[in-house]
Amino acid sequence: MKIAVTSTGQTLDSQVDPRFGRAAYFIIIDTETMQFEAFVNDNVQAGGGAGISSAQNIAQAGASAVLTGNCGPNAERTLAAANIKLYIGVSGTAQQAVEDFKQGKLTQTAGPNVQSHFGTGS
Amino acid sequence: MNDGLVIAVASGKGGTGKTTIATNLALCLSDSGRSVRYLDCDVEEPNGHIFLKPQINEKIIVTAPVPQVDKNKCIGCGKCGKVCQYGAIVHLGDTNVLTFEQLCHSCAGCWLLCPVEAISQKQIEVGEIEMGQSQKVRFDHGRLKIGNVRSPYLIKQLKKNIDKNAVNILDVPPGTSCPVVESLKGCDFVLLVSEPTPFGLNDLKLAVDLVRQMSLPFAVAINRNGCGDEQLEEYCINESINIIMKLPHDRKIAEAYSSGQMIVETLSEYKKEFESLSENILQRLKS
Repeated sequence: MKIAVTSTGQTLDSQVDPRFGRAAYFIIIDTETMQFEAFVNDNVQAGGGAGISSAQNIAQAGASAVLTGNCGPNAERTLAAANIKLYIGVSGTAQQAVEDFKQGKLTQTAGPNVQSHFGTGS
Repeated sequence: MNDGLVIAVASGKGGTGKTTIATNLALCLSDSGRSVRYLDCDVEEPNGHIFLKPQINEKIIVTAPVPQVDKNKCIGCGKCGKVCQYGAIVHLGDTNVLTFEQLCHSCAGCWLLCPVEAISQKQIEVGEIEMGQSQKVRFDHGRLKIGNVRSPYLIKQLKKNIDKNAVNILDVPPGTSCPVVESLKGCDFVLLVSEPTPFGLNDLKLAVDLVRQMSLPFAVAINRNGCGDEQLEEYCINESINIIMKLPHDRKIAEAYSSGQMIVETLSEYKKEFESLSENILQRLKS
């Protein structure tokens, strides 16, 4: 299956980005082959709707789960509507996060854990 | 008979004295026999009423259209999600379309593009407009509904009350973003109120950039003159910007303000400052 990890860099040894909507990169990874692709998140500078737009992009990339640090209410609602499972509170490297996910160490989240505009740096 | 005028009182920085100058200017102009309408466009935190103490006699609720999707009609083309610049309508594949009402700017793009008329318009409350009278000054202000972020939309509705046969004084929100741009659109003259501090200067520069881009005639009023340094005045001289009022840093003005009193009514020594400001602006608009 394909999953998405928010990341501060473009490789699997990058740290998981604690922000969802305004994460620096999204790494889309195939959990069977560990083949991955990183893409720059255009929503980093968005004034609003960053989480929604990022969730839409992840849905279009075909990921069925998201591993990230924090997620706000609009992004959470969009991911849920797209049937994408959400795992928050994830930290460390992207590689480790994916390994933890594969071993079932992560717990799926039922709701958002931060308010809108959490990741705007204020 | 007056020719209609729209004078905006704006600033980059908040708390420089926009409302103090706008309300006193409005009252002073009406005292000189002109028909005056004061419109408080600072809909996120209107405070002109504290000084003008109007009798409110009419209130209207302002609503804005947002999309509502009928999934039975939707064919999943995705045009609505692509056109929306604000993430207010999202297409997640097939007929899975999600809406976020609070993010919608009512641009109408989604319902106009929908090929099967699956998107109808639902009205949501944005805020209210109250209208009244303060002595001879007609008074209007907008109040944004708490939790709503659509101040430009409400300001646009409020500005429909501009009287084409009166001198209209617009009390503009602080800053240089969308609500300010919406307030300044179509104005005949902008008075930029600032204070002689580094913050006042920095934000005045931003405001000057904005009014220049909008090609609006403007001048500067310095409030709390004498409280800071000379940099603000030097900047205006270097940029050939006219300073048409200097209101001193005087404890009496602060005391009047803090008890909701009008300067032109309680401090006779400063009434002439507002009279000459009024005349100065009217003269500029004649030529």
